[in-house]
Amino acid sequence: MTTYLIAGATLADGRTADIVLDGGIVAEVGTGLSRAGATRVDAAGLLALPGLVDLHTHLRQPGGEGSETVLSGSRAAAAGGYTAVSAMANTDPVADTASAVEQVQALGDAAGYVTVRPIGAVTRGLEGTQLADLGAMARSRARVRMFSDDGLCVADPLLMRRALEYIGGLGGVLAQHAQEPRLTVGAQLNEGPVSAELGLAGWPAVAEESIIARDVLLAQHTGARLHVCHLSTAGAVEIVRWAKARGIAVTAEVTPHHLLLTDRLAEGYDARFKVNPPLRGDGDVAAVRAGLADGTIDAVATDHAPHPADSKSAEWSAAANGMVGLESALSVVHEAMVETGLLDWAGVERVMSLAPARIGDIRGQGEPIAAGSSPELVLYDPAVRRDFSETQLHGRSRNSPYLGRSLPGRVIATFHRGAPTVLDGALLPVEEVAARG
Amino acid sequence: MKHLLSTKELDAATAVGILDVADDMAATQQREVKKLPTLRGKTVVNLFFEDSTRTRISFEAAAKRLSADVISFAAKGSSVSKGESLQDTAQTLEAIGADGIVLRHSSSGAPAVLARSGWVSASIVNAGDGTHEHPTQALLDAFTLRRRLHGDAGRGRDLDGVSVLIVGDILHSRVARSNVWLLATLGAHVTLVGPPTLLPHGIGDWPVTVGTDLDAGIAEGPDAVMMLRVQKERMSDAFFPSAREYAAGWGLNGARFRALPGRTLVMHPGPMNRGFEIASEAADSPQSTVREQVANGVATRMAALYLTLAGGAA
Repeated sequence: MTTYLIAGATLADGRTADIVLDGGIVAEVGTGLSRAGATRVDAAGLLALPGLVDLHTHLRQPGGEGSETVLSGSRAAAAGGYTAVSAMANTDPVADTASAVEQVQALGDAAGYVTVRPIGAVTRGLEGTQLADLGAMARSRARVRMFSDDGLCVADPLLMRRALEYIGGLGGVLAQHAQEPRLTVGAQLNEGPVSAELGLAGWPAVAEESIIARDVLLAQHTGARLHVCHLSTAGAVEIVRWAKARGIAVTAEVTPHHLLLTDRLAEGYDARFKVNPPLRGDGDVAAVRAGLADGTIDAVATDHAPHPADSKSAEWSAAANGMVGLESALSVVHEAMVETGLLDWAGVERVMSLAPARIGDIRGQGEPIAAGSSPELVLYDPAVRRDFSETQLHGRSRNSPYLGRSLPGRVIATFHRGAPTVLDGALLPVEEVAARG
Repeated sequence: MKHLLSTKELDAATAVGILDVADDMAATQQREVKKLPTLRGKTVVNLFFEDSTRTRISFEAAAKRLSADVISFAAKGSSVSKGESLQDTAQTLEAIGADGIVLRHSSSGAPAVLARSGWVSASIVNAGDGTHEHPTQALLDAFTLRRRLHGDAGRGRDLDGVSVLIVGDILHSRVARSNVWLLATLGAHVTLVGPPTLLPHGIGDWPVTVGTDLDAGIAEGPDAVMMLRVQKERMSDAFFPSAREYAAGWGLNGARFRALPGRTLVMHPGPMNRGFEIASEAADSPQSTVREQVANGVATRMAALYLTLAGGAA
């Protein structure tokens, strides 16, 4: 295995250091290091962060290979600086059995670009009526620890209670897509001035907040762990803050797009901006930023949701919900949180790597770069700006809301298991990465 | 103008210009030979993804009186469902050589999507999109108001200071939205009244007064009351308890009609639910403009087609 000497990188805490990757670990971190036979990577002016970890990724395989596969999504992830992703369960067939999650795990291992951790469905077929094979998935080779019906809410309060209890007993966490279904019948856009003007059925904040309020109380009652997916409203931040203050075992994630974009972007009915939960208002954006900065929201998760062009060029109500986000996430967090002074790079390291690895119990990920840590890292040039274009998308779909927008920063290299998946800003070939086994 | 997609995007001068062209078109309709050669050789397609016989025949009459060739295309469903997608349908029409597409669609924003798509080079006239806008309806309503209030002296005038009370299901009404923007742009004072469940959330910044008390609105003595059609199926969705209760609260019944000043015009975009949102006594009174609205619809749509297809400036 090649040894790498990453020279002159800036760590999240501001120190400049050389980093040696050797023998499947970070062998040494210090200044003025040298290592015979090592491949040298000049990292002067580049930030070195532990590899990013995504808790919420739609890889679409099996069933949606036209829009993404485990391999293509893994490449998109590596290009964005990720070394681990969590594959959502809403595939076709649904990942609700041991064999289904093992298949996704095997595809991820074969691709080799990132650690792929399958998320198991909470209910069979995401139907919200019967628990999925939770124990079998937890005990399978995929060792599932996060369960979610994402795309759909576990709406039945009794079923939610049982699921929390059962998953808690497995040492796992239930990741809830908080959306009260009756309050969002036909919903198309955040309910407010923009939906009123555009004549699009409203998706009210209360539909998210009422479920989160119920669920934190259920988590308190059962003592189980709850994770809130893609939290998007100011009220939801307040509820989670309240729950944490009471000692309830709740964590929460926010997407990059909810940190940067608002519902005003829907004004031209361009369905690239259609997503669930919907883009919200300015006050919500300010609140989720503040919540992420003060730790109320633990993590940034992409909700990377690839869709074919046809389902995004349609009229708004017929178009699919979702945005791709793996390649742009770090730049968006840079713009929304770092350039605004709300987070420093240590904060970014926390919300994009350390916290998600802890929440998802993803081993060998999310460790601060130090001698002995896992050799998972990203080198990022924070000084450049780039016009975000399709050439920077590496998955199978093009539904990014940032195309045509200028974003700060650029991923220069990503190292996974001690070897590069991205080098000099370019993905390494599929065969080369797969051959590492 | 290339397209007519909404009234929100019209400035006052453009809106008054459209009404003036509609005036010219209306004048030609008093002649024995109503047909004008203006759009000879142009093809107008009425592309209706949603049934609406009234709007379709109004546009059809307007296009025919301008000598355009008219094709009516009743498409079913929307994309992703088993129906035909907007893109495929539009590209078919482009291949046929449509110069203008009059689009009715159940999805808000469909005309804007089509206009921006690059799928067609045709001009797009919005004939009602979901719960968003119905701009020609608002233009014909404004035209009707201006005629009744100012007669032949209306040319070049806006609706400065005119008070209009719009009543009913504002939430689902594209007619209400188009009227709000257009009437406000033309200087009118608009009041919206309906049950709280049928008023949209987030309209605090609209240039209107909002209330739930129809009798209070009537007591103001508005220049016009515009009653909206209410779908009775809203009742099963629990927007209001019963048809009777709706009619009692927000119907223009005989007593309310008689409480209005004699100058107050009674408008309705049709088709009316008589005895529900409007009593026959009001609908058939001399104050009612319901039939004029239909007639003026043809002149207004002639103006819209002329301005978008013949490239005229409004």
